[in-house]
Amino acid sequence: MQQEAMVREAATGNPEARFRQGSALRQLWETNLEVFQRDRMALFGLIVFAAFAIIAVFAPILAPNDPLTPLKNNEGDWIKDAMPYWLAEPGEDVAEGYTNDFVLGTTNIGRDIFSQLIHGSRAALLVGFSAAAAVAVIGTVIGLLAGYYGGWIDTVLMRAADVAFGIPFIPFIIVIAAFFDPSIWNVVIAMAILLWRDTGRVIRSQVLVIKEQAFVSAARVSGASDLRIIFVYIAPSILPLSFLYGSFAIAWAILTEASVSFLGFSDPETISWGFMLQDAFLSLALTRGAFYWIIPPGLCIMLTVMAGFFIGRGYEEVLFPRLRRM
Amino acid sequence: MSRGVVYYIAGRFLQSVMVLWIIVTLLFLLFRLAPSNPLASYIDTTFTKQQEAALLARFGLDKPLHEQYIIYLVNLARFDLGDTFSYAGKSVLDILRADLPNTIYLTLSSLLVAYGVGVLGGILMAALRGSLFERVGTTFTLMTRAAPTFWVGMLLLTFFAFQWKLLPSSGIAPAMVRYRWETEWDKLMSPVFWRHMILPTFTLVVYLHGLPLLLMRSNMLEVLDQDYVTMSRLAGYREWRVMIQTAARNAMLPVLTALTLGIGYSIGGNVVIENVFSWPGLGRTLVRAVQQADYPLAQGAFFLIALIIVFMNFIADILYSLLDPRVGASAQAQVS
Repeated sequence: MQQEAMVREAATGNPEARFRQGSALRQLWETNLEVFQRDRMALFGLIVFAAFAIIAVFAPILAPNDPLTPLKNNEGDWIKDAMPYWLAEPGEDVAEGYTNDFVLGTTNIGRDIFSQLIHGSRAALLVGFSAAAAVAVIGTVIGLLAGYYGGWIDTVLMRAADVAFGIPFIPFIIVIAAFFDPSIWNVVIAMAILLWRDTGRVIRSQVLVIKEQAFVSAARVSGASDLRIIFVYIAPSILPLSFLYGSFAIAWAILTEASVSFLGFSDPETISWGFMLQDAFLSLALTRGAFYWIIPPGLCIMLTVMAGFFIGRGYEEVLFPRLRRM
Repeated sequence: MSRGVVYYIAGRFLQSVMVLWIIVTLLFLLFRLAPSNPLASYIDTTFTKQQEAALLARFGLDKPLHEQYIIYLVNLARFDLGDTFSYAGKSVLDILRADLPNTIYLTLSSLLVAYGVGVLGGILMAALRGSLFERVGTTFTLMTRAAPTFWVGMLLLTFFAFQWKLLPSSGIAPAMVRYRWETEWDKLMSPVFWRHMILPTFTLVVYLHGLPLLLMRSNMLEVLDQDYVTMSRLAGYREWRVMIQTAARNAMLPVLTALTLGIGYSIGGNVVIENVFSWPGLGRTLVRAVQQADYPLAQGAFFLIALIIVFMNFIADILYSLLDPRVGASAQAQVS
């Protein structure tokens, strides 16, 4: 602690600087707070994530039926392709083909669509947040190391980024998903392997600027080790950038998971929104115009992806105020 | 072109070749280290041990890994991608040669429409900054980027192909029409082909127009603050002329680079849409090949997509350095 205080004093010529600058964590907290206070859309995104998180955690309680079990009626017949009652003509009693029991109707083999929708939030959030965390952490560490050390470390890491930029993303995930047992983690792994490239490059260029500043040289003069300078002095000032890319990565991960599931490379035992859409597509829900089946999963994907975009834009506006007035 | 520029381009070209070599090596390892035997789907249970060994020898799979790697590299350099497992008697190159044009037509037409719409939309949004129209429009564009493309495609299919029966739902043409096409030119001259292209193109445009629109809008706003724009306003030029001739021309440059990059990434990203519309392109072939464990075909399709991406990244870099003198200068300083 003594060392840090000396460094800050050397950097600013003011012993009180330590107080004024605040601890790194405090600065970070204030940036985060500013994002959601200033930007209503970002706050909306946060609320969407919170709402879906609650739904995901309590999915087994909230879902009226098991999402994978085909359901039978009292006579023992499968309840296939039942349309929701609110789609029936008004005044009509519950007519042939409609159902009172399932808010969004049933699939072609009699699974409850609404329950699937609720369970689908689990896969989306799990993939979204773990992939985003992996992308942000890997990208940040690589950007910090490349930017700080320069030289051959920088060359190797940035050429690796070039390679990652040359690998087609969706095809890569498909190949990974096909070689390993189907699981939602394939998407997370593939994203972690490839998508650190954007975060890494941006953070590297930011580190190049920061490391020329007085407080870094001051830290070095006072004998701080390289790793200490990187993670204690430089990292806090670039962490908001990691959050920015992390928020966008949540959105990409949810979209990607949906696409991969739609193509049929997901675990058939795990319900996801992309899987629901694949199911609908393959069982010709489109030709029947079964909107009650097609529209809800797509809307859920759109809402969560938008939440990620909005939060990312919120960070952008706080970090790059030049964009704000635009 | 100065010597510095030539050196820069040559350097970037060598770098791209290196990147491609590393990708190809990773691809080799990925497919060789795959848990399942690459011939698993090919080898029938009735095969005798000798037949199996003969087959392994035919595909060179009995040799040690490093020898296989050398053979693989030599073959790739000669563009020999081997034989497919699932299409009897056809080479991977035959299949890909038939797919590639379809993917390129779809990619280029959707990118051109999307960037046209995006650039004009971006200028409009910049001109109307602060208005309700601009806020609604920008939010709408963000929404289109958040909607999964395959879902947009499904909705369009439901309405245009199944409910209203206005447009065909899949493929590039009925077999009896395809049969008459002898060359790519016949295909391009066929109205049936273009009718089949409308829905997939429109679906992609819904997604792709967002990036150029948002990019153009923010570039325009930046450029409109510059002195030379103020000058041309003061000189008495009409507002639309200032917007289009002075501001838009300068704001276009980053959009052009994005378009170049977009060609590469769209070819990789069209995989999903090609599958929704059964569009016989690289993406659909890749998915099928993976599903049928046709490893040579999957590897070939992957290689071709990666090749296009690396090449377009190279072009975008060159373009950027030529258009933005600052990048060129620093790049020249680095190499010379």
